[in-house]
Amino acid sequence: MSATLLSATLCVVRRDLTVALRRVQDVLTPVIFFAIIVALFPLGVGPEPGMLAALAPGVLWVAALLSTMLSLPRMFANDYADGTLEQLLLAPQPLAVLVLGKISAHWLLTGLPLVVLSPLFALQLQLPANAVPTLVLSLLLGTPVLSLLGAIGAALTLGLRGGGVLISLLVLPLYTPVLIFGAGSVAAAVTGIDTEAYNSLLGAFLVLTLTFAPWATAAALRVSLD
Amino acid sequence: MSGSEFFAMGPYGFYVWTSYGLAAVILIVNVLLPLRRRKTVQRQLEEFYRVQKESR
Amino acid sequence: MDINKYIHKYASPKTFYPLAGRLIPWFAGVTAVLLAVGLYQGLFVAPPDYQQGDSVRIMFIHVPAAWMSMFIYVVMAVAGAMGLVWNVKIAEVLARSCAPIGASFTVLALATGSLWGKPMWGTWWAWDARITSELILLFLYIGFMALQASIDDPKRAARAAAILALVGVVNIPIIHFSVEWWNTLHQPASVTKMGKPSIHISLLIPLLLMMLAFNVYFITVLLMRMRNEILERERHTSWVAETVEPPRPAPSRRAAAKG
Repeated sequence: MSATLLSATLCVVRRDLTVALRRVQDVLTPVIFFAIIVALFPLGVGPEPGMLAALAPGVLWVAALLSTMLSLPRMFANDYADGTLEQLLLAPQPLAVLVLGKISAHWLLTGLPLVVLSPLFALQLQLPANAVPTLVLSLLLGTPVLSLLGAIGAALTLGLRGGGVLISLLVLPLYTPVLIFGAGSVAAAVTGIDTEAYNSLLGAFLVLTLTFAPWATAAALRVSLD
Repeated sequence: MSGSEFFAMGPYGFYVWTSYGLAAVILIVNVLLPLRRRKTVQRQLEEFYRVQKESR
Repeated sequence: MDINKYIHKYASPKTFYPLAGRLIPWFAGVTAVLLAVGLYQGLFVAPPDYQQGDSVRIMFIHVPAAWMSMFIYVVMAVAGAMGLVWNVKIAEVLARSCAPIGASFTVLALATGSLWGKPMWGTWWAWDARITSELILLFLYIGFMALQASIDDPKRAARAAAILALVGVVNIPIIHFSVEWWNTLHQPASVTKMGKPSIHISLLIPLLLMMLAFNVYFITVLLMRMRNEILERERHTSWVAETVEPPRPAPSRRAAAKG
Protein backbone atom coordinates (compact mmCIF):
# COMPACT_ATOMS: atom_id res chain seq x y z
CA MET A 1 0.00 0.00 0.00
CA SER A 2 1.62 3.25 -1.03
CA ALA A 3 0.84 6.20 1.15
CA THR A 4 -0.49 9.40 -0.34
CA LEU A 5 2.04 12.14 -0.74
CA LEU A 6 0.66 14.25 2.07
CA SER A 7 0.46 11.42 4.58
CA ALA A 8 3.97 10.29 3.69
CA THR A 9 5.30 13.78 4.23
CA LEU A 10 3.46 14.19 7.52
CA CYS A 11 4.88 10.86 8.55
CA VAL A 12 8.37 12.20 7.94
CA VAL A 13 7.64 15.34 9.93
CA ARG A 14 6.16 13.38 12.81
CA ARG A 15 9.09 10.98 12.89
CA ASP A 16 11.67 13.74 12.86
CA LEU A 17 9.93 15.58 15.68
CA THR A 18 9.69 12.44 17.77
CA VAL A 19 13.33 11.53 17.29
CA ALA A 20 14.51 15.07 17.97
CA LEU A 21 12.46 15.48 21.09
CA ARG A 22 14.11 12.38 22.50
CA ARG A 23 17.34 14.29 22.40
CA VAL A 24 16.13 17.52 23.89
CA GLN A 25 19.57 19.06 24.12
CA ASP A 26 19.75 19.12 20.33
CA VAL A 27 16.61 21.23 20.28
CA LEU A 28 17.70 23.53 23.07
CA THR A 29 21.17 24.24 21.68
CA PRO A 30 20.13 26.89 19.12
CA VAL A 31 17.96 28.66 21.68
CA ILE A 32 20.71 28.67 24.28
CA PHE A 33 23.19 29.87 21.68
CA PHE A 34 20.83 32.70 20.78
CA ALA A 35 20.56 33.63 24.44
CA ILE A 36 24.34 33.63 24.81
CA ILE A 37 24.84 35.94 21.85
CA VAL A 38 22.20 38.33 23.11
CA ALA A 39 23.84 38.34 26.53
CA LEU A 40 27.36 38.83 25.18
CA PHE A 41 26.62 41.81 23.00
CA PRO A 42 25.89 44.34 25.74
CA LEU A 43 28.94 43.05 27.56
CA GLY A 44 30.95 43.78 24.48
CA VAL A 45 29.56 47.13 23.36
CA GLY A 46 28.36 48.61 26.64
CA PRO A 47 24.94 48.85 28.27
CA GLU A 48 23.91 52.27 26.96
CA PRO A 49 20.25 51.80 25.99
CA GLY A 50 20.20 54.09 22.96
CA MET A 51 23.11 52.29 21.30
CA LEU A 52 21.75 48.85 22.13
CA ALA A 53 18.39 49.77 20.66
CA ALA A 54 20.09 50.91 17.45
CA LEU A 55 22.06 47.68 17.23
CA ALA A 56 19.22 45.42 18.32
CA PRO A 57 17.63 44.63 14.95
CA GLY A 58 20.96 43.59 13.45
CA VAL A 59 22.15 41.70 16.51
CA LEU A 60 18.90 39.76 16.88
CA TRP A 61 18.94 38.79 13.23
CA VAL A 62 22.61 37.80 13.18
CA ALA A 63 22.01 35.76 16.31
CA ALA A 64 19.11 33.98 14.59
CA LEU A 65 21.35 33.31 11.60
CA LEU A 66 24.19 31.89 13.67
CA SER A 67 21.89 29.74 15.79
CA THR A 68 20.34 28.28 12.66
CA MET A 69 23.75 27.60 11.12
CA LEU A 70 24.71 25.77 14.31
CA SER A 71 21.80 23.39 13.96
CA LEU A 72 22.22 22.63 10.25
CA PRO A 73 24.61 19.66 10.45
CA ARG A 74 22.00 17.86 12.48
CA MET A 75 19.42 18.00 9.69
CA PHE A 76 20.58 14.96 7.77
CA ALA A 77 23.62 13.66 9.62
CA ASN A 78 21.89 11.29 12.02
CA ASP A 79 19.66 9.77 9.37
CA TYR A 80 22.65 9.42 7.07
CA ALA A 81 24.57 7.58 9.77
CA ASP A 82 21.89 5.00 10.52
CA GLY A 83 20.71 4.41 6.96
CA THR A 84 17.30 6.05 7.27
CA LEU A 85 18.21 8.60 4.66
CA GLU A 86 18.84 5.94 2.04
CA GLN A 87 15.38 4.56 2.72
CA LEU A 88 13.97 7.99 2.10
CA LEU A 89 15.73 8.13 -1.25
CA LEU A 90 14.30 4.76 -2.22
CA ALA A 91 10.74 5.73 -1.33
CA PRO A 92 8.29 6.03 -4.23
CA GLN A 93 7.26 9.54 -3.25
CA PRO A 94 9.14 12.42 -4.86
CA LEU A 95 12.22 13.10 -2.75
CA ALA A 96 11.79 16.87 -2.91
CA VAL A 97 8.48 16.67 -1.04
CA LEU A 98 9.82 14.32 1.62
CA VAL A 99 12.77 16.64 2.02
CA LEU A 100 10.33 19.49 2.54
CA GLY A 101 8.91 17.44 5.39
CA LYS A 102 12.34 17.13 6.99
CA ILE A 103 12.99 20.83 6.56
CA SER A 104 9.64 21.66 8.13
CA ALA A 105 10.50 19.52 11.13
CA HIS A 106 13.84 21.27 11.38
CA TRP A 107 12.19 24.66 11.32
CA LEU A 108 9.62 23.66 13.92
CA LEU A 109 12.48 22.69 16.22
CA THR A 110 14.90 25.52 15.43
CA GLY A 111 13.21 28.51 13.86
CA LEU A 112 9.88 28.47 15.63
CA PRO A 113 11.36 28.56 19.17
CA LEU A 114 13.43 31.57 18.08
CA VAL A 115 10.34 33.31 16.74
CA VAL A 116 8.44 32.65 19.96
CA LEU A 117 11.27 33.69 22.27
CA SER A 118 12.44 36.68 20.26
CA PRO A 119 10.32 39.26 22.16
CA LEU A 120 12.13 38.25 25.31
CA PHE A 121 15.55 38.75 23.75
CA ALA A 122 14.38 41.96 22.11
CA LEU A 123 13.54 43.26 25.54
CA GLN A 124 17.07 42.51 26.75
CA LEU A 125 18.50 44.56 23.89
CA GLN A 126 16.22 47.51 24.51
CA LEU A 127 14.33 47.15 21.25
CA PRO A 128 11.38 49.57 21.38
CA ALA A 129 8.10 47.77 21.96
CA ASN A 130 6.53 49.04 18.74
CA ALA A 131 9.14 47.17 16.71
CA VAL A 132 8.63 43.80 18.39
CA PRO A 133 5.70 42.64 16.21
CA THR A 134 7.77 43.44 13.12
CA LEU A 135 10.63 41.46 14.60
CA VAL A 136 8.43 38.47 15.18
CA LEU A 137 6.96 38.67 11.69
CA SER A 138 10.34 39.07 10.02
CA LEU A 139 11.68 36.05 11.88
CA LEU A 140 8.53 34.09 11.10
CA LEU A 141 9.03 34.74 7.39
CA GLY A 142 12.81 34.57 7.48
CA THR A 143 13.73 31.55 9.60
CA PRO A 144 12.01 29.08 7.24
CA VAL A 145 14.16 30.53 4.44
CA LEU A 146 17.22 29.92 6.61
CA SER A 147 16.19 26.31 7.14
CA LEU A 148 15.43 25.82 3.44
CA LEU A 149 18.72 27.27 2.21
CA GLY A 150 20.59 25.58 5.01
CA ALA A 151 19.22 22.23 3.92
CA ILE A 152 21.04 22.59 0.60
CA GLY A 153 24.30 23.16 2.44
CA ALA A 154 23.64 20.26 4.82
CA ALA A 155 22.86 17.92 1.92
CA LEU A 156 25.97 18.88 -0.02
CA THR A 157 28.29 18.29 2.93
CA LEU A 158 26.87 14.96 4.10
CA GLY A 159 29.49 12.81 5.73
CA LEU A 160 32.31 15.26 5.13
CA ARG A 161 34.85 16.26 7.72
CA GLY A 162 34.82 19.99 8.40
CA GLY A 163 31.07 19.73 8.93
CA GLY A 164 29.60 22.76 10.61
CA VAL A 165 32.16 25.28 9.48
CA LEU A 166 31.96 24.15 5.87
CA ILE A 167 28.15 24.40 5.86
CA SER A 168 28.36 27.89 7.31
CA LEU A 169 30.81 28.94 4.60
CA LEU A 170 28.51 27.60 1.91
CA VAL A 171 25.24 29.12 3.10
CA LEU A 172 26.55 32.42 4.43
CA PRO A 173 26.49 34.21 1.05
CA LEU A 174 23.00 32.89 0.42
CA TYR A 175 21.76 34.21 3.76
CA THR A 176 22.78 37.79 3.16
CA PRO A 177 19.59 39.00 1.37
CA VAL A 178 17.36 37.59 4.13
CA LEU A 179 19.55 39.20 6.76
CA ILE A 180 19.54 42.56 5.01
CA PHE A 181 15.79 42.71 4.63
CA GLY A 182 14.92 41.02 7.90
CA ALA A 183 17.03 43.35 9.99
CA GLY A 184 16.06 46.23 7.72
CA SER A 185 12.37 45.73 8.40
CA VAL A 186 12.90 45.84 12.15
CA ALA A 187 15.11 48.91 11.88
CA ALA A 188 12.42 50.58 9.78
CA ALA A 189 9.79 49.74 12.38
CA VAL A 190 11.91 51.34 15.08
CA THR A 191 11.92 54.65 13.22
CA GLY A 192 8.23 54.35 12.42
CA ILE A 193 8.60 53.69 8.69
CA ASP A 194 5.99 51.46 7.11
CA THR A 195 7.30 47.91 6.79
CA GLU A 196 4.90 46.60 4.17
CA ALA A 197 7.51 46.54 1.41
CA TYR A 198 9.94 44.59 3.60
CA ASN A 199 7.33 42.04 4.58
CA SER A 200 6.34 41.55 0.95
CA LEU A 201 9.96 41.00 -0.01
CA LEU A 202 10.54 38.56 2.83
CA GLY A 203 7.39 36.75 1.80
CA ALA A 204 8.63 36.66 -1.78
CA PHE A 205 11.95 35.16 -0.64
CA LEU A 206 10.03 32.53 1.27
CA VAL A 207 7.91 31.57 -1.73
CA LEU A 208 10.93 31.53 -4.04
CA THR A 209 12.97 29.40 -1.66
CA LEU A 210 10.06 27.04 -1.01
CA THR A 211 9.94 26.41 -4.75
CA PHE A 212 13.55 25.63 -5.51
CA ALA A 213 15.32 24.69 -2.27
CA PRO A 214 13.67 21.27 -1.64
CA TRP A 215 14.43 20.34 -5.25
CA ALA A 216 18.07 21.47 -5.01
CA THR A 217 18.39 19.67 -1.67
CA ALA A 218 17.03 16.46 -3.17
CA ALA A 219 19.55 16.71 -6.02
CA ALA A 220 22.34 17.31 -3.52
CA LEU A 221 21.25 14.31 -1.43
CA ARG A 222 21.36 12.08 -4.50
CA VAL A 223 24.85 13.33 -5.29
CA SER A 224 26.02 12.75 -1.74
CA LEU A 225 24.55 9.30 -1.40
CA ASP A 226 25.44 7.70 -4.72
CA MET B 1 55.64 63.75 -18.84
CA SER B 2 59.03 63.58 -17.19
CA GLY B 3 60.23 60.37 -15.59
CA SER B 4 59.75 61.46 -11.99
CA GLU B 5 56.33 62.93 -12.78
CA PHE B 6 55.35 59.61 -14.30
CA PHE B 7 56.21 57.69 -11.16
CA ALA B 8 54.48 60.21 -8.96
CA MET B 9 51.18 59.89 -10.84
CA GLY B 10 49.97 63.13 -9.35
CA PRO B 11 49.38 62.52 -5.65
CA TYR B 12 48.20 59.00 -6.37
CA GLY B 13 51.47 57.22 -7.04
CA PHE B 14 51.19 54.78 -4.16
CA TYR B 15 47.65 53.71 -5.07
CA VAL B 16 48.27 53.34 -8.78
CA TRP B 17 51.53 51.44 -8.48
CA THR B 18 50.28 49.19 -5.71
CA SER B 19 47.28 48.31 -7.88
CA TYR B 20 49.43 47.51 -10.89
CA GLY B 21 51.92 45.70 -8.70
CA LEU B 22 49.18 43.55 -7.17
CA ALA B 23 47.85 42.79 -10.64
CA ALA B 24 51.33 41.71 -11.72
CA VAL B 25 51.70 39.49 -8.67
CA ILE B 26 48.34 37.84 -9.23
CA LEU B 27 48.90 37.29 -12.93
CA ILE B 28 52.37 35.84 -12.33
CA VAL B 29 51.28 33.62 -9.43
CA ASN B 30 48.46 32.16 -11.50
CA VAL B 31 50.96 31.15 -14.14
CA LEU B 32 53.55 29.79 -11.72
CA LEU B 33 51.09 27.70 -9.71
CA PRO B 34 50.03 25.42 -12.57
CA LEU B 35 53.66 25.12 -13.68
CA ARG B 36 54.68 24.00 -10.24
CA ARG B 37 51.69 21.70 -9.98
CA ARG B 38 52.76 20.01 -13.20
CA LYS B 39 56.03 19.04 -11.57
CA THR B 40 54.25 17.77 -8.45
CA VAL B 41 51.78 15.75 -10.51
CA GLN B 42 54.65 14.30 -12.50
CA ARG B 43 56.40 13.22 -9.33
CA GLN B 44 53.25 11.80 -7.75
CA LEU B 45 52.24 9.86 -10.83
CA GLU B 46 55.73 8.42 -11.28
CA GLU B 47 55.48 7.15 -7.72
CA PHE B 48 51.97 5.85 -8.39
CA TYR B 49 53.09 3.86 -11.42
CA ARG B 50 56.14 2.55 -9.61
CA VAL B 51 53.98 1.23 -6.79
CA GLN B 52 51.58 -0.21 -9.33
CA LYS B 53 54.38 -2.07 -11.11
CA GLU B 54 55.81 -3.44 -7.87
CA SER B 55 52.50 -4.77 -6.65
CA ARG B 56 51.97 -6.78 -9.83
CA MET C 1 33.31 15.19 -39.47
CA ASP C 2 29.88 16.39 -38.34
CA ILE C 3 29.63 18.71 -35.35
CA ASN C 4 28.52 16.04 -32.88
CA LYS C 5 31.47 13.80 -33.56
CA TYR C 6 33.73 16.84 -33.42
CA ILE C 7 32.48 17.78 -29.94
CA HIS C 8 32.71 14.20 -28.72
CA LYS C 9 36.25 13.93 -29.97
CA TYR C 10 37.51 17.03 -28.19
CA ALA C 11 35.42 16.41 -25.10
CA SER C 12 37.49 13.33 -24.44
CA PRO C 13 40.34 14.10 -22.07
CA LYS C 14 42.72 12.08 -24.21
CA THR C 15 42.25 14.37 -27.21
CA PHE C 16 41.83 17.54 -25.20
CA TYR C 17 45.17 17.21 -23.42
CA PRO C 18 47.47 17.50 -26.46
CA LEU C 19 45.16 20.03 -28.11
CA ALA C 20 45.35 22.27 -25.05
CA GLY C 21 49.10 21.77 -25.03
CA ARG C 22 49.36 23.11 -28.56
CA LEU C 23 47.02 26.04 -27.91
CA ILE C 24 48.65 27.33 -24.73
CA PRO C 25 51.71 28.95 -26.35
CA TRP C 26 49.50 30.80 -28.85
CA PHE C 27 47.15 32.14 -26.20
CA ALA C 28 50.10 33.06 -24.03
CA GLY C 29 51.62 35.02 -26.89
CA VAL C 30 48.41 36.89 -27.61
CA THR C 31 48.04 37.65 -23.89
CA ALA C 32 51.53 39.10 -23.73
CA VAL C 33 50.92 41.33 -26.74
CA LEU C 34 47.54 42.54 -25.48
CA LEU C 35 48.94 43.23 -22.02
CA ALA C 36 51.88 45.14 -23.44
CA VAL C 37 49.71 47.33 -25.66
CA GLY C 38 47.06 47.75 -22.98
CA LEU C 39 49.58 48.77 -20.32
CA TYR C 40 51.26 51.17 -22.70
CA GLN C 41 47.94 52.78 -23.54
CA GLY C 42 46.79 52.81 -19.94
CA LEU C 43 49.92 54.15 -18.31
CA PHE C 44 51.41 56.39 -20.99
CA VAL C 45 48.92 57.37 -23.64
CA ALA C 46 45.68 57.86 -21.71
CA PRO C 47 45.43 61.33 -20.19
CA PRO C 48 44.68 61.86 -16.50
CA ASP C 49 41.01 62.29 -15.73
CA TYR C 50 39.59 65.75 -15.12
CA GLN C 51 38.24 64.82 -11.68
CA GLN C 52 40.21 61.79 -10.59
CA GLY C 53 43.62 62.63 -11.99
CA ASP C 54 46.01 59.74 -12.47
CA SER C 55 44.12 57.49 -10.08
CA VAL C 56 41.74 56.76 -12.94
CA ARG C 57 44.44 54.41 -14.25
CA ILE C 58 43.49 52.01 -11.48
CA MET C 59 40.25 51.53 -13.37
CA PHE C 60 42.16 49.74 -16.13
CA ILE C 61 42.93 47.00 -13.64
CA HIS C 62 39.87 47.16 -11.39
CA VAL C 63 37.10 47.01 -13.99
CA PRO C 64 38.55 44.12 -16.03
CA ALA C 65 39.29 42.22 -12.81
CA ALA C 66 35.73 42.71 -11.55
CA TRP C 67 34.32 41.68 -14.89
CA MET C 68 36.49 38.53 -14.97
CA SER C 69 35.45 37.62 -11.42
CA MET C 70 31.82 37.54 -12.45
CA PHE C 71 32.32 36.11 -15.92
CA ILE C 72 34.42 33.22 -14.62
CA TYR C 73 31.78 32.38 -12.01
CA VAL C 74 29.17 32.09 -14.74
CA VAL C 75 31.50 29.94 -16.86
CA MET C 76 32.09 27.78 -13.79
CA ALA C 77 28.35 27.38 -13.16
CA VAL C 78 27.56 26.59 -16.81
CA ALA C 79 30.39 24.05 -17.03
CA GLY C 80 29.19 22.56 -13.76
CA ALA C 81 25.67 22.27 -15.14
CA MET C 82 26.98 20.51 -18.24
CA GLY C 83 28.89 18.08 -16.10
CA LEU C 84 25.85 17.49 -13.92
CA VAL C 85 23.31 17.02 -16.69
CA TRP C 86 25.33 15.34 -19.45
CA ASN C 87 28.11 13.75 -17.44
CA VAL C 88 30.83 15.41 -19.50
CA LYS C 89 34.11 14.88 -17.67
CA ILE C 90 35.84 17.76 -19.42
CA ALA C 91 33.14 20.11 -18.16
CA GLU C 92 33.82 18.95 -14.61
CA VAL C 93 37.54 19.57 -15.08
CA LEU C 94 36.84 22.98 -16.56
CA ALA C 95 34.64 24.07 -13.65
CA ARG C 96 37.15 22.95 -11.05
CA SER C 97 40.01 24.71 -12.83
CA CYS C 98 38.08 27.98 -13.11
CA ALA C 99 37.61 28.49 -9.41
CA PRO C 100 41.08 29.58 -8.20
CA ILE C 101 41.46 31.90 -11.20
CA GLY C 102 38.09 33.50 -10.56
CA ALA C 103 38.86 33.86 -6.87
CA SER C 104 42.18 35.56 -7.72
CA PHE C 105 40.44 38.12 -9.92
CA THR C 106 37.89 38.72 -7.17
CA VAL C 107 40.68 39.45 -4.70
CA LEU C 108 42.31 41.75 -7.25
CA ALA C 109 39.01 43.55 -7.85
CA LEU C 110 38.50 44.02 -4.11
CA ALA C 111 42.04 45.23 -3.50
CA THR C 112 42.09 47.64 -6.44
CA GLY C 113 38.60 48.79 -5.53
CA SER C 114 39.88 49.61 -2.09
CA LEU C 115 42.98 51.33 -3.49
CA TRP C 116 40.85 53.36 -5.86
CA GLY C 117 38.38 54.18 -3.14
CA LYS C 118 40.88 55.51 -0.64
CA PRO C 119 41.90 58.62 -2.61
CA MET C 120 38.32 59.10 -3.84
CA TRP C 121 36.32 58.55 -0.68
CA GLY C 122 39.03 58.89 1.93
CA THR C 123 38.46 55.45 3.40
CA TRP C 124 40.14 52.09 2.79
CA TRP C 125 37.01 50.11 3.04
CA ALA C 126 33.64 51.50 2.07
CA TRP C 127 30.66 49.18 2.26
CA ASP C 128 29.40 50.28 -1.10
CA ALA C 129 27.09 47.98 -3.00
CA ARG C 130 29.52 46.74 -5.59
CA ILE C 131 32.45 46.09 -3.25
CA THR C 132 30.17 44.29 -0.80
CA SER C 133 28.71 42.14 -3.60
CA GLU C 134 32.25 41.39 -4.73
CA LEU C 135 33.13 40.30 -1.19
CA ILE C 136 30.18 37.93 -1.11
CA LEU C 137 31.27 36.60 -4.50
CA LEU C 138 34.66 35.83 -2.94
CA PHE C 139 32.91 33.80 -0.26
CA LEU C 140 31.01 31.93 -2.96
CA TYR C 141 34.30 31.04 -4.66
CA ILE C 142 35.94 29.99 -1.41
CA GLY C 143 32.92 27.83 -0.56
CA PHE C 144 33.11 26.19 -3.97
CA MET C 145 36.81 25.40 -3.55
CA ALA C 146 36.41 24.27 0.06
CA LEU C 147 33.60 21.90 -0.87
CA GLN C 148 35.62 20.32 -3.67
CA ALA C 149 38.64 20.03 -1.41
CA SER C 150 36.62 18.20 1.24
CA ILE C 151 35.35 15.49 -1.09
CA ASP C 152 37.80 12.83 -2.17
CA ASP C 153 35.83 11.26 -4.99
CA PRO C 154 36.29 13.58 -8.00
CA LYS C 155 32.88 12.73 -9.44
CA ARG C 156 30.97 13.52 -6.26
CA ALA C 157 33.10 16.60 -5.70
CA ALA C 158 32.37 17.94 -9.18
CA ARG C 159 28.63 17.27 -8.95
CA ALA C 160 28.21 18.70 -5.44
CA ALA C 161 30.20 21.81 -6.33
CA ALA C 162 28.16 22.19 -9.53
CA ILE C 163 24.93 22.28 -7.51
CA LEU C 164 26.51 24.86 -5.23
CA ALA C 165 27.65 26.98 -8.16
CA LEU C 166 24.19 26.88 -9.73
CA VAL C 167 22.50 27.86 -6.48
CA GLY C 168 25.06 30.65 -6.24
CA VAL C 169 24.52 31.89 -9.77
CA VAL C 170 20.76 32.11 -9.19
CA ASN C 171 21.37 34.01 -5.97
CA ILE C 172 23.92 36.49 -7.29
CA PRO C 173 21.37 38.87 -8.82
CA ILE C 174 19.27 38.64 -5.64
CA ILE C 175 22.30 39.30 -3.47
CA HIS C 176 23.39 42.20 -5.63
CA PHE C 177 19.93 43.75 -5.55
CA SER C 178 19.74 43.36 -1.76
CA VAL C 179 23.14 44.89 -1.20
CA GLU C 180 22.38 47.72 -3.64
CA TRP C 181 19.20 48.51 -1.71
CA TRP C 182 20.94 48.17 1.67
CA ASN C 183 23.62 50.54 0.56
CA THR C 184 21.32 53.31 -0.65
CA LEU C 185 19.51 53.10 2.65
CA HIS C 186 22.56 53.44 4.85
CA GLN C 187 24.80 55.65 2.76
CA PRO C 188 24.40 59.37 3.46
CA ALA C 189 23.33 61.22 0.33
CA SER C 190 26.49 63.30 0.21
CA VAL C 191 28.78 60.38 -0.59
CA THR C 192 29.54 60.35 -4.31
CA LYS C 193 28.83 57.00 -5.85
CA MET C 194 31.43 55.63 -8.22
CA GLY C 195 28.81 56.21 -10.83
CA LYS C 196 28.70 55.28 -14.48
CA PRO C 197 29.48 58.48 -16.33
CA SER C 198 29.89 58.17 -20.07
CA ILE C 199 33.48 57.21 -20.58
CA HIS C 200 35.82 59.11 -22.83
CA ILE C 201 37.26 57.27 -25.81
CA SER C 202 40.84 57.80 -24.65
CA LEU C 203 40.04 55.90 -21.48
CA LEU C 204 37.89 53.32 -23.25
CA ILE C 205 40.72 52.02 -25.43
CA PRO C 206 43.06 50.89 -22.63
CA LEU C 207 40.06 49.56 -20.71
CA LEU C 208 38.95 47.34 -23.59
CA LEU C 209 42.51 46.23 -24.29
CA MET C 210 43.06 45.21 -20.67
CA MET C 211 39.66 43.50 -20.63
CA LEU C 212 40.61 41.50 -23.70
CA ALA C 213 44.05 40.76 -22.28
CA PHE C 214 42.56 39.39 -19.05
CA ASN C 215 40.15 37.22 -21.02
CA VAL C 216 42.86 35.63 -23.15
CA TYR C 217 45.03 35.27 -20.04
CA PHE C 218 42.18 33.43 -18.37
CA ILE C 219 41.98 30.97 -21.27
CA THR C 220 45.74 30.41 -21.12
CA VAL C 221 45.99 29.61 -17.42
CA LEU C 222 42.70 27.71 -17.52
CA LEU C 223 44.10 25.33 -20.14
CA MET C 224 47.26 24.92 -18.04
CA ARG C 225 45.24 23.98 -14.98
CA MET C 226 42.96 21.68 -16.94
CA ARG C 227 45.91 19.70 -18.25
CA ASN C 228 47.14 19.04 -14.71
CA GLU C 229 43.66 18.08 -13.57
CA ILE C 230 43.24 15.69 -16.50
CA LEU C 231 46.53 13.93 -15.78
CA GLU C 232 45.47 13.33 -12.21
CA ARG C 233 41.95 12.17 -12.94
CA GLU C 234 42.95 9.94 -15.85
CA ARG C 235 45.98 8.38 -14.21
CA HIS C 236 44.52 4.91 -14.60
CA THR C 237 44.62 5.15 -18.37
CA SER C 238 47.52 3.99 -20.51
CA TRP C 239 47.81 7.25 -22.41
CA VAL C 240 48.52 9.13 -19.18
CA ALA C 241 51.00 6.47 -18.14
CA GLU C 242 52.78 6.96 -21.43
CA THR C 243 52.68 10.76 -21.09
CA VAL C 244 54.17 10.67 -17.61
CA GLU C 245 56.76 8.03 -18.39
CA PRO C 246 57.33 7.91 -22.14
CA PRO C 247 58.17 4.29 -23.02
CA ARG C 248 61.88 3.99 -23.64
CA PRO C 249 62.76 3.09 -27.21
CA ALA C 250 64.16 -0.41 -27.72
CA PRO C 251 67.97 -0.44 -27.36
CA SER C 252 69.83 -0.39 -30.69
CA ARG C 253 71.69 -3.47 -31.86
CA ARG C 254 75.00 -1.72 -31.43
CA ALA C 255 74.31 -0.90 -27.81
CA ALA C 256 73.16 -4.45 -27.21
CA ALA C 257 76.34 -5.82 -28.85
CA LYS C 258 78.48 -3.55 -26.65
CA GLY C 259 76.74 -4.50 -23.42
